[in-house]
Amino acid sequence: MSAYLIAITILTLIYVLLALGLTLQFGLTGLINFGHVGFFAIGAYTSALLTLNGWPVGVGIVAAAVAAMLPALPIGYISLRLRDDYFAIVTLAFSEVVRIVVTNAREWTSGTQGLPGIARLYASLNGAASEWAVLGTILAVTLLAIWMITRIARSPFGRLIQAIRDNEVAVKALGKDPAWFKIQVLAVGAALAGIAGAFYAHYITYIVPDQFVPLVTFYAWMAITLGGASRISGAVVGSAILMVLLEGSRFVHDFLPMISDSAMASVRIGVVGLLLILCIVWRPQGLTGKRGDA
Amino acid sequence: MSLDIANITKNFGGMRVLDGVSLSVPTGSLFGLIGPNGAGKSTLFAAISGFQKQETGEVRLDGTRIDALTPHARARAGLVRTFQVPREFGHLTVRENLCAAAPNQTGESLLGLFFRPARVAREEAEIAAEAEEIMQRLRLTQVADQPARLLSGGQKKLLELGRALMLKPRFILLDEPFAGVNPVLIAEIAERIRDLNATGIGFLIIEHDLEALTRLTPYIAVLDRGRIIAEGAPDAVLADVQVREAYLGGAV
Repeated sequence: MSAYLIAITILTLIYVLLALGLTLQFGLTGLINFGHVGFFAIGAYTSALLTLNGWPVGVGIVAAAVAAMLPALPIGYISLRLRDDYFAIVTLAFSEVVRIVVTNAREWTSGTQGLPGIARLYASLNGAASEWAVLGTILAVTLLAIWMITRIARSPFGRLIQAIRDNEVAVKALGKDPAWFKIQVLAVGAALAGIAGAFYAHYITYIVPDQFVPLVTFYAWMAITLGGASRISGAVVGSAILMVLLEGSRFVHDFLPMISDSAMASVRIGVVGLLLILCIVWRPQGLTGKRGDA
Repeated sequence: MSLDIANITKNFGGMRVLDGVSLSVPTGSLFGLIGPNGAGKSTLFAAISGFQKQETGEVRLDGTRIDALTPHARARAGLVRTFQVPREFGHLTVRENLCAAAPNQTGESLLGLFFRPARVAREEAEIAAEAEEIMQRLRLTQVADQPARLLSGGQKKLLELGRALMLKPRFILLDEPFAGVNPVLIAEIAERIRDLNATGIGFLIIEHDLEALTRLTPYIAVLDRGRIIAEGAPDAVLADVQVREAYLGGAV
């Protein structure tokens, strides 16, 4: 049981890293990034390929952050002049392009067969000790990310990105270029997603393109919507709730044996969807939010 | 040393909204721009501040051409505008609205933020002091920590003016500072504008409320259907036959 809980906690922390990027991008800056999973996939594949070619895992994780950040620059440059809804479409398309590229670049990624045998973190430790060490490492990185985003949110930089969210034209009128701030915000969120992807690859040890479908992006969106989009604690609380719902609904099956296994997968997503709707109706600012939050 | 606009033309589709507008606004002046609805006043402001690209014409600030610059570059050059409908940062407090407008902040770069914290803290203290002074001057101290979206229309106009002041501009373009403001606050805003003008900041003001504007500005120009049809002292301009026709449809 404890192994199961550790596994769930690790996956939750990976979602926290993804959700924190969206808190920064959407909650604070107002950017609608519907392609978050693209940066996650780039991180996962970068670290997996490097370590499969003999590089140490540490190098893989750092490279994952950098590789995920790189496309943030051209995407920002090309599309930040677009209206919000078009930006959402461009990012969604980007993440699908990433998925299709890793599906088809077979000589590198083995396409739909996926990459098995990715190195585990702390592989030299035995069973439980290794699990705890992985959990500790991801927890430390997540706490560092929370500290960093909190620091950004409370700084003059954070003040300005919230000003951009509230009224971009006024920011221009005050002599500041919103585009550069948005590109930086996009890059920071992308780096976090890249790191999350690397941890995911090294934890699951097997990646295929099907793990990087847009649903992952929308799980992260559900997390910040449930938790509260403009609060950092919202990313943490929301990810935890999401994971409890997704995993918890597994056990519902014991009480509802008449539902088939394949139908159960849909029921679980249905439950999350219903909760999301209830949350929007009764608590649009999320669980951690205050009335009047952006 | 002035704001000079020469021969600005702007079309919206087949419609000529500005038709060769030229204006010369001396440094430190208090200059009013009036005109009936649809005359092109806000479009002229947009062209001067860079939010709309003009077809032809030049904009010079202290002799330097600025008409190819982005809106934010023009603001940094010392020409700051406000908006007809206030564009406050609604979820930030009044104080934060002002601080966000301060130029050249180390803390607005991610590197500066994480690697030069002492410098950021020192700048923040300076910026906070400036914001405090501006809030006092504009009588916004009581609402300093309120979210800006909760302010009244007149307070939002003052807040926009305050944000512009944080840039220490040479010229401020005010787009209808009295629109949607109650009469008591109109007198108050006019008083603040006069005070600021006395410190050397030039104002070009668009206004619908003729009475309030002519009481404030010693010099006005009249824009009608994209052309300047008169300029000079308010009394003389308002007595002008063309101006009366533009406003009253020729009934006089």
